[in-house]
Amino acid sequence: MTVRGNIVGIDSPEALERALRTAYYLADDGLATAAYLGLALGKPLLLEGSPGVGKTEAAKAIAAVLGRRLIRLQCYEGIDASAALYEWNYPRQMLAIRQAGEESIDIYGETFLIERPMLASLRAPDSTVLLIDEIDRADQEFEAFLLEFLSDFQISIPERGTVRAAERPVVVLTSNRTRDLHEALRRRCVYHWIEYPTAEREARIVMMRASSVAEATARAIVAAVGKLRREPLSKAPGIAEAVDWAEAATLLHERGARWPDAFKRSIGVALKDEEDLTFISGRLDALIAEAAA
Amino acid sequence: MSEEFQLPHAARVFVSFVALLRINGFAVAPEQTTAFLAAIELLGPRSLEAIRQAGLATLAPPPERRATYDRLFDIHFIGSEAIDQAGAEDEGVVRLQEEGRGEDETLLADEANESGLAAARAEALVERRFAVSATGDALRKLSREAPARLPRRRGHRRMRARRGPWADLRRTLRESVRNDGEVLRLGRLKRRARPRKVLLLIDVSGSMKGRTDDNMKLAHALSHAIPHVEVFTFGTRLTRVSRALRLKRREQALSAAAHLVSDWDGGTRIGDALQAFLAVPRFGSYARGAAVVILSDGLERGDPSALQDAVARLSRRAWRLSWLTPLAAGPGFQPQTEALIAIRRFVDDLVDGGSTAAIVSHVLSLGQKKAA
Repeated sequence: MTVRGNIVGIDSPEALERALRTAYYLADDGLATAAYLGLALGKPLLLEGSPGVGKTEAAKAIAAVLGRRLIRLQCYEGIDASAALYEWNYPRQMLAIRQAGEESIDIYGETFLIERPMLASLRAPDSTVLLIDEIDRADQEFEAFLLEFLSDFQISIPERGTVRAAERPVVVLTSNRTRDLHEALRRRCVYHWIEYPTAEREARIVMMRASSVAEATARAIVAAVGKLRREPLSKAPGIAEAVDWAEAATLLHERGARWPDAFKRSIGVALKDEEDLTFISGRLDALIAEAAA
Repeated sequence: MSEEFQLPHAARVFVSFVALLRINGFAVAPEQTTAFLAAIELLGPRSLEAIRQAGLATLAPPPERRATYDRLFDIHFIGSEAIDQAGAEDEGVVRLQEEGRGEDETLLADEANESGLAAARAEALVERRFAVSATGDALRKLSREAPARLPRRRGHRRMRARRGPWADLRRTLRESVRNDGEVLRLGRLKRRARPRKVLLLIDVSGSMKGRTDDNMKLAHALSHAIPHVEVFTFGTRLTRVSRALRLKRREQALSAAAHLVSDWDGGTRIGDALQAFLAVPRFGSYARGAAVVILSDGLERGDPSALQDAVARLSRRAWRLSWLTPLAAGPGFQPQTEALIAIRRFVDDLVDGGSTAAIVSHVLSLGQKKAA
């Protein structure tokens, strides 16, 4: 198996893990292996996991490691080909028809084409990473359309013909699993389920992301966040929330708040749901005290 | 094609692992097997862990079956010693679903020790086989009428229309080209109506015993009549059975569901089950904007405040929340139990769920009226 040119210098999952670390992303073995295989085999990488475990961040880090531009296609219900692939510039076409008079013009020329993320990545596969974010939000029609794109890496524009990638672009898909994806889509991808990081790893992430935060603070926050994730909350705090909480508590502490109090007063950056706050309020003191111990 | 293809010796152990996965109900496509072999070649002969990771990445077992994958992997590559520890910690997305023998497969013959583990649990978990019976008229009516009568909402995809809020510039331009650039008629677009999600929560506890079979049949019929139906059963546990019910043949689907559910005819902890449902973001999102139908008598053995809190949260997410109880079969029904009184103000409908016909008629009315 020849390793593709797009990962020059990265010849193993460990090497990719080290490279990702320089892009401020701490990947575990599973993610590093899956990402490495995706790049080396030229297959899209499908990342699933709870909200806030760092799926999108992983795609950004991969783009940074490869030195490529990240093109992000945020999915939503009702997304269709014109939002994902291309759209014609209708006013301009109309104007061109009017101005042309008797002359013949090609209104489906390059100048009238508005490139959307998927077409852009297809036309420049060497310089971009295409992130198809939250594919579970798109409806099944779009998923079917995506299947075609991911199997052949080509797009047909009826007015112009087929655009084919000379080389397979790097594609990362993410899903929060709010619905089951089609098996055929999973089959085409290299797959990884991202778990919440271990406490040790998460503390390192917090310190890496928020340099002003002391190690003890990071550990306390991570312990508290770990406990919160075990509670039946409607929105458990993700990694970004842990980082924010650590930063907010540190800030309050620097402005004179005492420690457990600084944690407690800044809980709003970690839990952003009124029901969750009410649910946890009675036990918050004990939970923070235990985590800080 | 006279030459017989010989699989390289080194590859056999990996291909046979894929076969083992397939026997145990993992859908693995040939292209995934190829990718698996390519991945192993790429990673080189490093460690067993690397092979496990290569398998996870390319064969893509769903996360809720990760524990089973690991167990099969250990059996295949290490030997059966490793099974015991692996089987004990079933971790995955939904803890409640996976307590006991919650995994969705019957698995290997030599896993008999697993059922011993489950039996030792506090609750008596009784597995049920569904009796095969004729489909009732009500179910046929449901299948026939559900597509047209169940609630719809406006989707976000646009379609051509005679009238609509958006101009269809693409079509207009195409037509204008034929008329030398003159726009004679402006095409329009409107939003397409889409069926609303339906979430069925079925109480399978002992007090609902008489209804459980029929309710599951109804769930199966509904799952096939319209898209986007999610079905969960609850008693002392919460189990997602939507996937099992998607099997087309009813007997097959119901027996697959019966394998999943381990708390048939047990006690009821509705509040805890609903709390567990809401606590998993993936499940909780099924309720958002959906027509939520709960089939339960509301005889709560647990804390009624947990139930009240869960139903209140559910009602805020749902488009419409219906509670169908067999207790409401008679005319002039007034809720008597503490739990039903507590939740009454949060539900849109509190109506008869005592017969399949009554449930079908309510389900078919969801799209039309909303109770005051």
